[in-house]
Amino acid sequence: MPELIAKSPLAGRPPVTRGALTLSETPMDAVTSLALFPGQSKAMARVLKPMGLSFPAPNRVSQSGDARLVWTGRDQAFLIGVGAPAIPAEVAAVTDQSDCWAGLSVEGPAAHDALMRWVPIDLRPKSFAVGSAIRAPLYHMQAIILRMTADRIDLMVFRSMARTAWHEIDVAMTTIEARAARQK
Amino acid sequence: MRVDGKGLIDRTKPVRFTFDGRAYGGYRGDTLASALLANDVTLMARSFKYHRPRGVLTAGSEEPNALVEIIGATNQTPNVRATVQEVFEGLAARSQNRWPSLKYDGMAINDLLSPFFSAGFYYKTFMWPRAFWEKLYEPLIRRAAGLGSLSGRHDEGLYEKAYAFCDLLVIGSGPAGLMAALTAARSGADVILAEEEARLGGRVLADDIMVGGKPGADWVAEVQAELAGLPNVRIMRRTTVVGVYDHGTYGALERVGLHQPARANLPRECFWRIVAKRAILASGALERGIAFPMNDRPGIMMAGALRTYLNIYGVAPGKRITLFANNDGARVTARALIAAGVPVAAIVDSRPDAPMEDGTLVHAGARVIDTKGRLALRQITVLKGAEQIEIETDALGVSGGWNPTLHLTCHMNGRPRWSDDLAAFVPQDGAVPGMIAAGAANGTFSTHGCLAAGHASAAMALSDMDMRPAVIAVPMAEDAPYRLSALWTVEGKGRAWLDLGNDVTTKDVGLSAQENFSSVEHMKRYTTQGMAPDQGKSSNVAALAVLANATGRSIPETGTTTYRPPYVPVSIAALGAGGRAMGFAPQRFLTSDQASRDRGAPMIEAGLWYRPSYFPKPGDATWRDSCDREVMMVRQTVGVADVSTLGKIDIQGADAARFLDFVYCNTFSTLPVGKVRYGLMLREDGFVLDDGTTARLGDTRYLMTTTTAAAGLVMRHLDFVHQAFCADWNVRIISVTEGWAQFAVAGPQARMLVNSFLEAPVYLPFMGVAPVRVGGVDGRLFRISFSGEEGYEIAVPTRYGEALFRDLVARAETMGGGPYGMEALNVLRIEKGFITHAEIHGRVTAFDIGMDKMISAKKDCIGKASAMRPGLVGPEREQLVGLKVGGETAMVAGAHLFAQGDAIKRETSQGCVTSVCWSPTLQMWLGMAFLKNGRARHGNKLRLVDHMRDVDLVVEVCDPVFHDPSGEKLRA
Repeated sequence: MPELIAKSPLAGRPPVTRGALTLSETPMDAVTSLALFPGQSKAMARVLKPMGLSFPAPNRVSQSGDARLVWTGRDQAFLIGVGAPAIPAEVAAVTDQSDCWAGLSVEGPAAHDALMRWVPIDLRPKSFAVGSAIRAPLYHMQAIILRMTADRIDLMVFRSMARTAWHEIDVAMTTIEARAARQK
Repeated sequence: MRVDGKGLIDRTKPVRFTFDGRAYGGYRGDTLASALLANDVTLMARSFKYHRPRGVLTAGSEEPNALVEIIGATNQTPNVRATVQEVFEGLAARSQNRWPSLKYDGMAINDLLSPFFSAGFYYKTFMWPRAFWEKLYEPLIRRAAGLGSLSGRHDEGLYEKAYAFCDLLVIGSGPAGLMAALTAARSGADVILAEEEARLGGRVLADDIMVGGKPGADWVAEVQAELAGLPNVRIMRRTTVVGVYDHGTYGALERVGLHQPARANLPRECFWRIVAKRAILASGALERGIAFPMNDRPGIMMAGALRTYLNIYGVAPGKRITLFANNDGARVTARALIAAGVPVAAIVDSRPDAPMEDGTLVHAGARVIDTKGRLALRQITVLKGAEQIEIETDALGVSGGWNPTLHLTCHMNGRPRWSDDLAAFVPQDGAVPGMIAAGAANGTFSTHGCLAAGHASAAMALSDMDMRPAVIAVPMAEDAPYRLSALWTVEGKGRAWLDLGNDVTTKDVGLSAQENFSSVEHMKRYTTQGMAPDQGKSSNVAALAVLANATGRSIPETGTTTYRPPYVPVSIAALGAGGRAMGFAPQRFLTSDQASRDRGAPMIEAGLWYRPSYFPKPGDATWRDSCDREVMMVRQTVGVADVSTLGKIDIQGADAARFLDFVYCNTFSTLPVGKVRYGLMLREDGFVLDDGTTARLGDTRYLMTTTTAAAGLVMRHLDFVHQAFCADWNVRIISVTEGWAQFAVAGPQARMLVNSFLEAPVYLPFMGVAPVRVGGVDGRLFRISFSGEEGYEIAVPTRYGEALFRDLVARAETMGGGPYGMEALNVLRIEKGFITHAEIHGRVTAFDIGMDKMISAKKDCIGKASAMRPGLVGPEREQLVGLKVGGETAMVAGAHLFAQGDAIKRETSQGCVTSVCWSPTLQMWLGMAFLKNGRARHGNKLRLVDHMRDVDLVVEVCDPVFHDPSGEKLRA
């Protein structure tokens, strides 16, 4: 047990609900970047198989239990939710990213509505189905966005920018709530 | 005057509003224009140039005349079209461009002087003396011209922007748009229907047309109800599609909250970017006027607008109405008015063969040649053959025909095609990839034709997307042919306005041609026709016709000017939604942020980060006191600073060393594991990109550090180099900047402090790196120094950053030290002669900063060849030097250096100062500067001059390393 006190990026901030949408901070306990070296996809598949995972295709997530392997770039995926397995150095570059990211989630049937104020991507369930992941701008910052369940979208943003991300999503949610109550 | 039994306004919801301070009543669903007309207010504005009294010309967003200011709690919005602004309880509107009042406008003197104010007046008149233009003429003209006024305050209203996606975007919801949307919706396509007005229906409502055997409003309501119930349809009312961009992207402006009292968190407007696979332009057509003498009086409006006011708003804009037209449209208006009980004095039809009309007097082959009434129309004069007829009338509806609203088809360089049949421009097929013009926008002017075209175009767009179009029976509706005989101008005494927005008359266009500005583009600039907020929507084609006539060419030969986005004015606030004040950029916070603020440290921005500037203590009079104390604290005991903002990049792979050798000008493949080396990175053009230290953590693993400001830039550069030049190498790069909280511990007691909190003390040689355990956490310890003292940097996972910082500061304070901020950090590095981006500002080479020997001769690197180019090395270059001056006289960064005795002017500048500080260590002012051939001039005395801050003093050039030049302290 460390003597140093650990703090999450938005420590102490309770979830906020606006209309049908709820914004929360989600813990980012273990995030590891796995960056495949050229020609190592088969070797990587052998490493991942016992975990029930496969290296994800672009814009997809592979999931098994608590473990998610999220596509984050060319030959790169983030393993989230479990510690990194032993991976031979020649197969992939393994980099701890646990503290690099703040996790946020927007829950509600139209979570995409709030996010599409800032994200220039079609995040509606039809186009951004369960199991999708994308790297896209959230207004001025970059984000990793994924949908693991029908009515919730998860985001990862740079840890230091978490407050701005929170603020911007909250503004979008309050705006949508106010729109619903306006004169027709 | 309100007409009983007519209109679609909600008469159960009366609202009160003010115009020029006077209270009026209207109903929810009224526009400001319709509500004013209902109150018999026809004078709404003064014209741009001549300050002529003006009323409302149209009933839509094309309105050139009735522009007003809307005064809200947070906003004062000028140039709002009264035809677009809906009334609501408490709306405050004000007329503009008049003084002291709308009725008595002093500037109306311009109207009397109008013979002098023809097109080109300014260019001819205000030429001499030349110097007067900027100081006298231009300010004078700007005061006299112009429309609304601004509050001078920030616009603190809430605005929004958003993205939307669809298969089919339908622009406009008249008969064509509704049929297109219905067809696509029933076919299962993902549809967005964008309508500029508050109501769907377009001219089905405005003309009260029967569709499928029922009143148009009922048919629209049925279609709307069906569309609204479908999950694959999004109806966007009050939304104007304003621009077309590449790859099926459309810009649209939504009036979200402008139609109701301000409400917390409700945006005023939203700027949408809609990405559509296909689009149907069903934007309808705009009616155009006829340029007859004195055609601008309040009460003269479009015949179609009269119908709109009657059928949608239940308003008759006059008590005795006359119509003047070259087509059958005026008759529809007359019938509607008479049916509603509004008297129609006569129809003036320019066609000699015009048919008679039951119950209404028709003057066939006649024209309006004059009008009377200063603040409101009173009388018109009609010329029929040789006979002059005077008609008492307070409203005149004019129709010169219709122009398809094809603006959007021109946004990607498409040019419209002239149709002789319609005497109008029509869209060129395929002008915008994926967009089909349908209905009136495409020159189909009957309701049935529009319904059929809407259905057919949707079917075409759907088939194009491999979707099966639903078959829908096209409802029956009027299918009258469009009978028109072109009439652009009427000769006669008095001015005939083309462009009411900018006060351009037929004479101005003629003058333009006479002065050889005969190309349409020149005519536009010379006369300013089409340059007002309405962008000439109701005047462009008529102006072309006049120009064509004046130059003896046909209209197609004359051509047309280009329609560019935006279709209607878009507020900058909507485009920049979210970006005002702190929204301009993300804020990045350190884990030590709260701890620093708790100590009263003023935070300054470094890149996007907030960093403590200094840590004040009781008794500090100025920041300098704090800064000096912190510098001496580091020099004498120990200081702690948060340096987490530095960029950190994890580089791994068998080719990692090779990659670093390629991107750095010096060598990293020879760096032993457990050691750190300073590196310099060049751009491809040979100039310095960034510097920093890189540690070798393992055989195939390095950790690069960049400067705070260039962290993103370097990451992008590495990604580019990897992807563009060596994509097949075994190297992988990822940023870990955010993953580590890193603190500098510097000073003679730094080692003691570090060992006090490490679980197992380590001895690290200078430029060493080692894994350490601290507080039960795995961290890294680097022995590097940016201060010139013995220095360490301890890194732990970011989640432990705050805890470690507070602990380190407490320990340092116990030892007589404490935290230090950016000011002290800067002084420490200047004393030591270390560079920052103040020096490597993008225009210096490795040679300039004295590091050219770092460019390894044994290998190639990015920028190496370029760095050797003539002009980038040699005595003519400005080279890094130190500056010192005795006493308390302050040097300033940004000052220029001159040889003593030289004239002080731009050409004799020898270089400039990049960084300065008061050195509490050396008790003098120090500076860093770039000086021509500077390294050979140590010991020279120069003049340092800054005209901005009135500084002129003599300084001595020296080596830039002032403190501990041999480096004994940092290697201790």
